[in-house]
Amino acid sequence: MGARKSEMNLFFTIAIKHIMARKRQSFVSLLGIIIGVGFFLAIASLMQGSQNDFISRLIDNSPHITVHDEYREAKEQPVRQLYKDRVVELRSVQPLPETRGIRGYKQIVEDLNSRPGVRASATLTGQAILNYAGRDNAIVLNGMIPADMKDLTTIEENMKEGSVDDLIANRNGVIVGAELCRRLMLEIGDNITLTAATGQVRTFKIVGIFQTGSLDYDDKQAFTDIKRVQAMMNKSNRANTVIVKMDKYNDARALAAEIEAKTGYKSVSWQEASEDILSTLVIRNVIMYTVVSAVLLVAAFGIYNIIFTIIMEKQKDIAILKSMGFRAADIKKIFIIQGCILGIGGVAFGLPFGCLLMLALGQITFEPPGVSEPIHMPLDWSAPQFIIAGAFAFIAAVMASYLPAKKGADVLPVDILRGGQ
Amino acid sequence: MGGILLDAKNLTRTLEGEIKVTLVRDVSLSIEAEHFTAVTGPSGSGKSSLLYLLGLLDKPTTGSIHVEGIETTKLDEDRLAQFRLEKMGFIFQFHFLLPEFTALENVMMPMRRLGKRGINEQKEWGMELLESVGLKDQAHKLPKQMSGGQNQRTAIARALANDPALVMADEPTGNLDTHSAATVQQILKDIAHTPGRAVVAVTHDESFAQQADKRIHIVDGKIE
Repeated sequence: MGARKSEMNLFFTIAIKHIMARKRQSFVSLLGIIIGVGFFLAIASLMQGSQNDFISRLIDNSPHITVHDEYREAKEQPVRQLYKDRVVELRSVQPLPETRGIRGYKQIVEDLNSRPGVRASATLTGQAILNYAGRDNAIVLNGMIPADMKDLTTIEENMKEGSVDDLIANRNGVIVGAELCRRLMLEIGDNITLTAATGQVRTFKIVGIFQTGSLDYDDKQAFTDIKRVQAMMNKSNRANTVIVKMDKYNDARALAAEIEAKTGYKSVSWQEASEDILSTLVIRNVIMYTVVSAVLLVAAFGIYNIIFTIIMEKQKDIAILKSMGFRAADIKKIFIIQGCILGIGGVAFGLPFGCLLMLALGQITFEPPGVSEPIHMPLDWSAPQFIIAGAFAFIAAVMASYLPAKKGADVLPVDILRGGQ
Repeated sequence: MGGILLDAKNLTRTLEGEIKVTLVRDVSLSIEAEHFTAVTGPSGSGKSSLLYLLGLLDKPTTGSIHVEGIETTKLDEDRLAQFRLEKMGFIFQFHFLLPEFTALENVMMPMRRLGKRGINEQKEWGMELLESVGLKDQAHKLPKQMSGGQNQRTAIARALANDPALVMADEPTGNLDTHSAATVQQILKDIAHTPGRAVVAVTHDESFAQQADKRIHIVDGKIE
């Protein structure tokens, strides 16, 4: 063991001397790795950050599970249930007119709320017409228990004026979006009249204005007490969706399946609702890693180049080392150690360089269309980015040194010695 | 006089290629301990090729080489490397010192590879060897800071680092001025006459060859 250690010490000493003897060349190839690692890290963290940002928006802004008042499959008609092996067929059978809404939603909500880390609330959503200043504006009226609104939606965080508490205090209040207010010159404290599809008309007082940044949402959505909506829609004690938020939102798929199995109502997890977007993210990641890997690949060629050059210049030294009793494997080790040194150096300086790039990127703000507030570049500072960037660069460096190292190991001393100088 | 250190029988070395070249033809010889053997011959006669074969740097196409009773032509590359490390020391026409290392570090290189001595012991022995070739005060100089003769003497010290039985020298004085050459020749003769050791030197230098205990003259790859 001691002998092995001193052996490696010797190879390491020779490797260092070779690198130090070519300071400029070594520095340039080291720089290549540093820049490669830096950009790899910065781009990976930007992509991961934007993905995380996107997913968290997806998760924060929408319920983790939405239970709809409909069935995935149409219900089998009673006549078919009764006569399974039928001879007679009844045509033009229509489903019984059912009042829309989730039956027994209170029990479902209660059951969900009794689970740890799960919060649920029923909502009744309906269309309403806001008649104001001679114009009809269709809006979506979301009825909820005001206290649950704070817990299950992001409305409270997006409040521009007023708060959800004002809605709790004033059951005739309504919270509307900033865009609608801007368009109709509405202000907090104004009264608006809403007409439901049933023909019922009610007057609400604006107690809060929210701004999410999404223009369409800020124009079309309004929130009020579920009781008022139930009355307006003639659906007392009914709700048409149950929304669920979970601490462990990655388990949403399983819980959605469980709710659906239990109640029969279509329960959609956030993953199912955004399946297409999530699969786009996978493709995006593949493209991103391909591009940043190309950067490091170019850097790896730099390492290949310098080690190849060293080996070409050091043929004589390799010959003498071999004649002295160094084995082919020893020679190979010496040059692979050089690759490792350059790789480790590149990673050691490249990661801080990447951090600097990330800090610089973090300063940039921009205003994407449809969003009214400037946002910072989302960056992910988590360890996996650093580990992937570091490991990839190191492996690339070692691989780049392996090929020339093998060539060096194959040098036959006699061939070189015959050639003399 | 000691026993036989190296015994070569019917050595032939041919280079395969478009034109088949025979470097060494059916050479048999033995190297005795405490002998200074000189290999002479005209340029291109195959004397260096013979030395590489005897030094286990190259493998004969046919024939056998026994070193201290062990048949070496059947050994794999790693075993041969170990053999060279422990039993052989090489000196070439050009000193072939590693340019990034000092004289002492160059001398210590084979010891470090063998790893039998501790690092302090290696240093002491290295200094002793450098002292024996008159370079004690040059130990910490790089090859480029020393003269050709000093470099060649460093190379001799390095060849002796692991206490080899056989020292192989290929034109050791070929690149030196008369004074340096004389010093190197004297050192090699002294080495040759230490117990259990032998020196084989390829040389052009007639006066050097005349001082040998045994002369081998090669012409066209054959002993004449």
